[in-house]
Amino acid sequence: MTKSDTGKKLALSDEILLSIDKPARYLGNEINAVYKDKDQVDVRFCMCFPDVYEIGMSHLGIQILYDMFNQREDVWCERVYSPWVDLDRVLRERRIPLFALESQDPVRDFDFLGITLQYEMCYTNVLQVLDLSGIPLSAAERTWEDPIVIGGGPCAVNPEPLAEFFDLFYIGEGETSYFALIDAYKEVRETGGNRQEFLERAAGIPGIYVPSFYEISYHEDGTIASMEPVNPHAPRKVEKQVVADLTHTYYPKKPLVPFIKATQDRVVLEIQRGCIRGCRFCQAGMLYRPTRERSLKMLKEAALQMLESTGHEEISLSSLSSSDYSQLPELVNFLIDTFGNKGVNISLPSLRIDAFSLDVMGKVQDVRKSSLTFAPEAGSQRLRDVINKGLTEEVILEGAGQAFEGGWSKVKLYFMLGLPTETEEDQKGIAHLAEKIARRYYEIPKERRNGKCQITVSTSFFVPKPFTPFQWARMCTREEFLEKAHTVNAEIKEQLNRKSIRYNWHEADVTVLEGIFARGDRRVAKALRLAYEKGCLFDSWTEHFHNELWLAAFEEAGVDTDFYTTRKRELGEVFPWDFIDIGVTRKFLQREWERAHEGKVTPNCLAGCQGCGAARWHTGVCPGSTPADIQEGGEQA
Amino acid sequence: MKIRIKFRKYGVMKFIGHLDIMRYFQKAIRRAGIDICYSAGFSPHMIMSFASPLGVGLTSDGEYLDIEIGNELSSASAVHRLNAVMAEGVEVLSFRRIPDEKASNAMSLVAAADYEVRFRDPDVLPENYAKAWDSFCSQDAILITKKTKKGERELDLKPLLYQASLGQDADGAPVIFLRLSSGSADNVKPELVLEAFGAHAGFSLPEFALLIHRKELYANSGTTEEPHFVSLEALGEEF
Repeated sequence: MTKSDTGKKLALSDEILLSIDKPARYLGNEINAVYKDKDQVDVRFCMCFPDVYEIGMSHLGIQILYDMFNQREDVWCERVYSPWVDLDRVLRERRIPLFALESQDPVRDFDFLGITLQYEMCYTNVLQVLDLSGIPLSAAERTWEDPIVIGGGPCAVNPEPLAEFFDLFYIGEGETSYFALIDAYKEVRETGGNRQEFLERAAGIPGIYVPSFYEISYHEDGTIASMEPVNPHAPRKVEKQVVADLTHTYYPKKPLVPFIKATQDRVVLEIQRGCIRGCRFCQAGMLYRPTRERSLKMLKEAALQMLESTGHEEISLSSLSSSDYSQLPELVNFLIDTFGNKGVNISLPSLRIDAFSLDVMGKVQDVRKSSLTFAPEAGSQRLRDVINKGLTEEVILEGAGQAFEGGWSKVKLYFMLGLPTETEEDQKGIAHLAEKIARRYYEIPKERRNGKCQITVSTSFFVPKPFTPFQWARMCTREEFLEKAHTVNAEIKEQLNRKSIRYNWHEADVTVLEGIFARGDRRVAKALRLAYEKGCLFDSWTEHFHNELWLAAFEEAGVDTDFYTTRKRELGEVFPWDFIDIGVTRKFLQREWERAHEGKVTPNCLAGCQGCGAARWHTGVCPGSTPADIQEGGEQA
Repeated sequence: MKIRIKFRKYGVMKFIGHLDIMRYFQKAIRRAGIDICYSAGFSPHMIMSFASPLGVGLTSDGEYLDIEIGNELSSASAVHRLNAVMAEGVEVLSFRRIPDEKASNAMSLVAAADYEVRFRDPDVLPENYAKAWDSFCSQDAILITKKTKKGERELDLKPLLYQASLGQDADGAPVIFLRLSSGSADNVKPELVLEAFGAHAGFSLPEFALLIHRKELYANSGTTEEPHFVSLEALGEEF
């Protein structure tokens, strides 16, 4: 070896790394990656995003937890992502165990394997990561020698389809209870305890769910009769964890910078968590209640530090409905003033289109190239009222009009098909709204226009999600979904400005699968395992999605998929996720479900508390709490 | 002012391809607080160009990029700040001022490159490899067929091979030293020479057989007939 060929050890040989796509996915060594001496730490935690590296590296949650864990001297947190299909094959053929990026040590040697569950279509990849690591897929078969496998993230609010494969789930925001869990683990290890004792200790920590400590019984019609704790340490209800003060908590000042281009190749500044709007289809809007802001001061400091420590050339604000952040103009103007002439792009997704946002976007983007985004979600005002989406046609046309006058000519529109109570008129309304926007564009005199306008209409298919007012809703069949898309398509093609409108719709098969797992129970796990064994992997990647294998898996497992998707739930039905206390009460969700059918809109949290239940945390936007900037010491912009 | 940065690339960084190394340096320059200049226009980009892309899997002691900057304290300060923000596997060796004229651009100057070639498994070589090497080098012409975009063409490697010698590592393993024509006109990769050697000596190289290390990049301050090679670094001055 040459003297220059020293450095970090690698789990894979040169031959393997040179014969697979993007070897940088498997090297670690990124800027701001954390290296420790494994003999000097007590707990080794491997954090996993079960998708390809470029997707996983773009996820803010992992960066927050990675930074948080590594602040503890006794913990070394490393990362692992799903090996892409090329390396997957090599690892299996050569029996190389899956390894963590930093130490390049096998994942099975770790104390914890934490897997974030961001979307249902990553579930086969969860099994892949366990399998390639050499960790038994079933939690019941693991020993004290295996890592403790813990799941978290939004899909953990209905963990039941994955219950068999996990030792623990963390329900809610990771910043609050993880250290208690680590301490409990250390104590059980130090006192010579066993795996069962640790799981019992864990069950007593707020937000921790130990699936093996519960038993489920079913009615004859297949619905759940009861879910009972069968271990005295297991609580009847597991309470979602909420960060009370988002200003004084963990936030990575030195985020990881990958060598290859990740999906998010930029600094991500999470300005707030939660959303005041209360759209009835939106799971995130319910899960992250109450809406909490980070202080302007903290965000300014974080932006400076993160840009300096990463060298990124772009910063993006992140949150649901960013326009609702109370000090948005101050923050955005600060970013423009501070970084605008330093070659740093400022990206502002999820802004409501109005005079302020158009002014700001005009400063930070090339108007001719950039596009405006509206998410009316439904094609008619009636249906928008049903889903409680406050956006009106007047507001959209007004915003689009202002933008067109300002030089923009590209518009993106997002809708959902298959929403409760939707009719053919609602579907056609999507086409009509796009047509009205196009007409508004052509009202501008030709000499002031920037060529033709380009309106892109995208529809996804609605999946009812747990802990939303629509959790009782029937989901459409694949055929119904496609028929709706064809109706929209045909209507667009009939219109005068059809050449200015492009229409895309989402895959129906994947949507159905998503629906099964979103509201599934423990009985769908068998089909998941079978599908994985048949070769399903990377299901969110169109080119790797094999619906026929999934259909065969459900058939073989004896799982009636309609039971989970197209069946309408009775109001009193016990749901698989009912043991979780998400903060928003079932009573509130039911009231919203009923108001949806009456076409009544519900005001947002700022307009007046609607009593959803989240106020019991006394934080954020809820009545009786202290706003972020006052907590910060009355700092003014 | 125009600056030439020399760096070495080793260890795990050899798996990071050229485009990603460019992105890496853009971010590193920001982290180090180098006062780099940007192009005009709505989406300005850093004024930065690399001398010669290094293939994935190769290590190097002589990589170069040119940048344009505003103010800078000294060469030493810039090197220090850059190395403070490098990933393991990239080390900045020098940061020198180069003449302002267009012709001084590293990419257009590259005329030759030094390589050391080792064998992952020396047993791929025939037993009489040393003799075969001498006979290979003493040919009047080394004819190979080079695949181009338009098809195949015959090429004589001999005039493009400025130096070639066979030596040994401390542990007795064979090392081949090559100085090859490089750059936009006649770019010869070391693999090409080793393939030709294999063809001459009657052996073939399996995939990944070679460990290639680039040592230096040169400009030609002489003529085509009588070249005089100076390292790209030597064309710049410390400040």
